[in-house]
Amino acid sequence: MASLRRVRRTITDGAFTTFCWLATGVALFALGLILWSLVTQGIGGLNLDVFTRPTEPSGSPGGLLNAIVGSIITCALAMIMAVIVGVLAGTWLAEYGGESLYAKVIRFLNDILLSAPSVLVGLFVYNILVAHVIGHFSAISGSVALALIAVPIITRTTEDVLKLQPTALRESGVALGTPHWTTIRTILWRSAGSGILTGGLLAFARISGETAPLLFTALGNQYFSIGLHQPNLGLTQPISALPLVIFQYALSPYDDWQRLAWTGSLIVAAAVLGTNILARIVTRERRPS
Amino acid sequence: MNAVDTQHSDDVAETYEHYAAEVPANLVKLHAKNVDFFYGKSRALYSVTLPVIANGVTAIIGPSGCGKSTLLRAMNRIYGLYPGQRATGEIILDGENILDKRMDVATLRSRVGMVFQKPTPFPMSIYDNVAFGVRLYEGLSHAEMDRRVEESLRKAALWDEVKDKLRHSGLSLSGGQQQRLCVARGIAVKPEVLLLDEPASALDPQSTAKLEDTIVGLKKDYTIVIVTHNLQQATRVSDNTGFMFLGRLIEFGPTNELFSAPKTERTADYIGGRFG
Repeated sequence: MASLRRVRRTITDGAFTTFCWLATGVALFALGLILWSLVTQGIGGLNLDVFTRPTEPSGSPGGLLNAIVGSIITCALAMIMAVIVGVLAGTWLAEYGGESLYAKVIRFLNDILLSAPSVLVGLFVYNILVAHVIGHFSAISGSVALALIAVPIITRTTEDVLKLQPTALRESGVALGTPHWTTIRTILWRSAGSGILTGGLLAFARISGETAPLLFTALGNQYFSIGLHQPNLGLTQPISALPLVIFQYALSPYDDWQRLAWTGSLIVAAAVLGTNILARIVTRERRPS
Repeated sequence: MNAVDTQHSDDVAETYEHYAAEVPANLVKLHAKNVDFFYGKSRALYSVTLPVIANGVTAIIGPSGCGKSTLLRAMNRIYGLYPGQRATGEIILDGENILDKRMDVATLRSRVGMVFQKPTPFPMSIYDNVAFGVRLYEGLSHAEMDRRVEESLRKAALWDEVKDKLRHSGLSLSGGQQQRLCVARGIAVKPEVLLLDEPASALDPQSTAKLEDTIVGLKKDYTIVIVTHNLQQATRVSDNTGFMFLGRLIEFGPTNELFSAPKTERTADYIGGRFG
């Protein structure tokens, strides 16, 4: 009997391991396919014009300059807002909120926001900023929408990494007579720095490819809308962004636009990959020996 | 032996056998008087009274969970970080009750330093670790700060090992060195009392011996309270010892007397290795 059981166990074990391998294979295969088609379709259109010329009507030699700059600006503004709010909120949850009802509610709402469809975030910002406060589509509205997507990611990571810091580290700071808040700023944030940074970079990777929240907020702009001579530096005007151009061009019937959409996708993917690799390197370097 | 009905522990507190040696009041630096401690609803200390003599080492011994760390953590009110933990009674430091709500905890903690069980260097250089607390309270010039850092590291018997790498990360040191760095960091702010919570429990025998030498050397400048579950360590470093059991102080007296001629049966059983 015992040997029969052993055989059954060996078979179950083998079957399960095989299944895991297969599942991993399927996921990697899909990822590989996506990357492969991105590179093969996108690399052909990659030239200097893409980075130096703004979008043009089909048939004219256009690039993606306004979209690239627009993406950088909306993402950068969004990250500034999201890092401030997210890091502070995460710190509050980890250090002060504890298990109070208020903290539990915030944590729960944050988790919901974490998985909220981004198109809803876009509509929310549209209703408030675009329809009422500013009155029209704008770069600022786009940034706010992106920030709302990034905040819950940063909040969650910050809370998690701060909670991973040893209690004794927190207590040693306080035991020196350091106020709790100073201990957090000077010791805990530093000690948790690489983790918080990783959270920020992950959030950046997430928002840099978001299209839906920008559709109702930043709208897109055929022209280069940012400049010193523009009112409010152009931030209160509609702005272009890579995901928006990709969305528009990929659906268009024109070959040159479709090719630019592929190239744009490749740029976004490369930027996301680049930030993730950067996150890994930074995390590794800052880990104490 | 360990099973005590906590619901009726107040009655038990009246009847348990205990003994405390008399101490002249003028020698006492820090005096815990009838201290009760609560973790939420569960009670951890039962009317503990323990005098800590100035410029001496007072050891607190007892089996795990007897409340020795809890008592130590009341002495600088570090428990205040956690809602739900509270202490009642009095802990008198130079005539002032530190459990009083009006006591400024930051100032208190700068006067009563603490070193923890596990070494906890801050994620910064060795120099900055030592200078950290000083910068909060004193605006020292560079030269003065250099001198303070050196003095603290010397007192912690670490200077010779780190003098050439003060800019290296505190985390690059060995465990024993890290713990002495934490001692240096604690004494750099010139506290009056130093609380040590099982400071050697994570160290190897050699590092432990070095740390013990350091502790004995610090006695002339500071008043030290050390919690330890290592009885030999208590005999090696301390002048007075308090033995705690189930949240109560069972016996207090000069270390040599407590270990050679314990006055209570429980103390005799514990130091004789019959439980704990």
